[in-house]
Amino acid sequence: MSKLPLLTPESNSVEEGLNTPLQRRSFLRYTGLGVAATSLALTGCNDVLEEIFKNPKANKNEVNVGSGDFGILNYAYALEQLEAAFYAQVVASPYYAGASAAERQILQDVAAHEVAHRDFFKKAITALGGSPIKNLEPDFSAINFSDRTSVLTTAKAFEDLGVSAYNGAGKLIANPDYLTLAGKIVSVEARHAALIRDLIQNGSFVGPDVVDFSTGLEKSKSPAEVVMTANAFLKKGSKLNVSNLPKE
Amino acid sequence: MNIFNLITEIEKVDPEVYERLDQRRAIFKHFAGFGKKLATAAVPLAMGSMFQKAYGQSSGLSAQIKEVLNFALTLEYLEAAFYNQGLSAAGLQSSLTGQSRTDIETIRTDENNHVKFLKAVLGADAIKDPTASFDFTGSKGGARAALFPDVFSNVKTFLAVAQAFEDTGVRAYKGGAALLMSNNTVLEAALNIHSVEARHASHLRTMRRGGPQALPNNEQDSPESWITGDANGGPAPGITNGIYGPGNPASKYPSEGNVVQAGINIAANSNISTNKASEAFDEPLDMATVLSIASNFIK
Repeated sequence: MSKLPLLTPESNSVEEGLNTPLQRRSFLRYTGLGVAATSLALTGCNDVLEEIFKNPKANKNEVNVGSGDFGILNYAYALEQLEAAFYAQVVASPYYAGASAAERQILQDVAAHEVAHRDFFKKAITALGGSPIKNLEPDFSAINFSDRTSVLTTAKAFEDLGVSAYNGAGKLIANPDYLTLAGKIVSVEARHAALIRDLIQNGSFVGPDVVDFSTGLEKSKSPAEVVMTANAFLKKGSKLNVSNLPKE
Repeated sequence: MNIFNLITEIEKVDPEVYERLDQRRAIFKHFAGFGKKLATAAVPLAMGSMFQKAYGQSSGLSAQIKEVLNFALTLEYLEAAFYNQGLSAAGLQSSLTGQSRTDIETIRTDENNHVKFLKAVLGADAIKDPTASFDFTGSKGGARAALFPDVFSNVKTFLAVAQAFEDTGVRAYKGGAALLMSNNTVLEAALNIHSVEARHASHLRTMRRGGPQALPNNEQDSPESWITGDANGGPAPGITNGIYGPGNPASKYPSEGNVVQAGINIAANSNISTNKASEAFDEPLDMATVLSIASNFIK
């Protein structure tokens, strides 16, 4: 099956092609694709075909977090992996070496908390009978670890993202014990988010970009929205697929 | 938003729900409109009024959900009144100024909005505004010695009590969340309030240690923005111990110093200090314990 264009790393470009206006070359490519698909069907790989058409983004370059409660736990585990990896790099960075004592203390604490969250999920998912996803490979090439603004802006993005992700996933959890566990972590992420924001600009702990000013409610995000941001910080092969998570 | 599921659930209990409401088609037309025109947060409000119409005075929420929401509303009334009174207190005019005053105004706005939101969701079932019966000095209207006699004249006391309220609120919402699982719309809204309370708590600790850049020295005088162990009894040791202590039962509502989650020892699992392990997880508190903490401020 390695001959099939859809299953090669180029598959993303084929899919992008589907969203752009048809041009002569694209048309020819689709025709070729059709032929390949037909031959695939004839050789009895219907399940693969169905997977491709139902879920065109599914491919071996992604990490599918799974379904049900274990899917949600793995989704949280993925985000904690990302945060833990980021802060590990921060505390080893040139910026951290020259930061004020207060900032060093804060970042060191946050780094420890995120490691605690990451390791907890890995252990708990196994202990509860699920299978944790693999260790993700982050891509932090867009971050300048020598620059305070770059580091803190990214930290803010991760913390706010984490809070909105837990808030949006809470209602998707079926087991009340897991909901409580998620609740125990999300408020710590919110405490981080508020302090990091205050480090950037004091008083911005509940900025209008995260808390609706007219209702006083934080804006939550669906897993699909969250992974769009998270995937920008993950290498190919570690990008998250949340399509099997409960939708509501 | 899980409006359609909610209707389906109600339909199971009350097959005539659509007849009670206007008409099937009209309802779905309304919902489609809501989605487009209103903020997500306003949907429960609109739903509340529709269910009220269908079931007379009741808002259509289960007794358990109404109980939890009224419990949350009590705390929000308490917080909102605290900031409203503090900001207008003569004794804090010259000491609570500049960025500090702006920040408290920001928090006040959120709390007043939470009151408004919960009142709207509960409709006719919302508890009456209990503000007149609050006494933030903790003297229960003079019935006992005040716990915080200078709460509205000493900015340090004011911020300490504010932190106590916010940390209690975080634990209360966490304890209530699982009781709201039958209604995803309400659960999501509660979670969205919960994290805002945690942001407030974090910022108040930042203010108490003299700004985001100030070094944490003594945990009592200069707390970090997370809860270390049992927070040494909190911002007013001896008085606020209960806010960081265990609830009832302690097995389900351990103290903030807890480091075992789902049977896993967090300190050992990550090879970090007990303090860092306790900071990484906040703990829920049961309704009865929260209400007994809150009762210190009710005459």
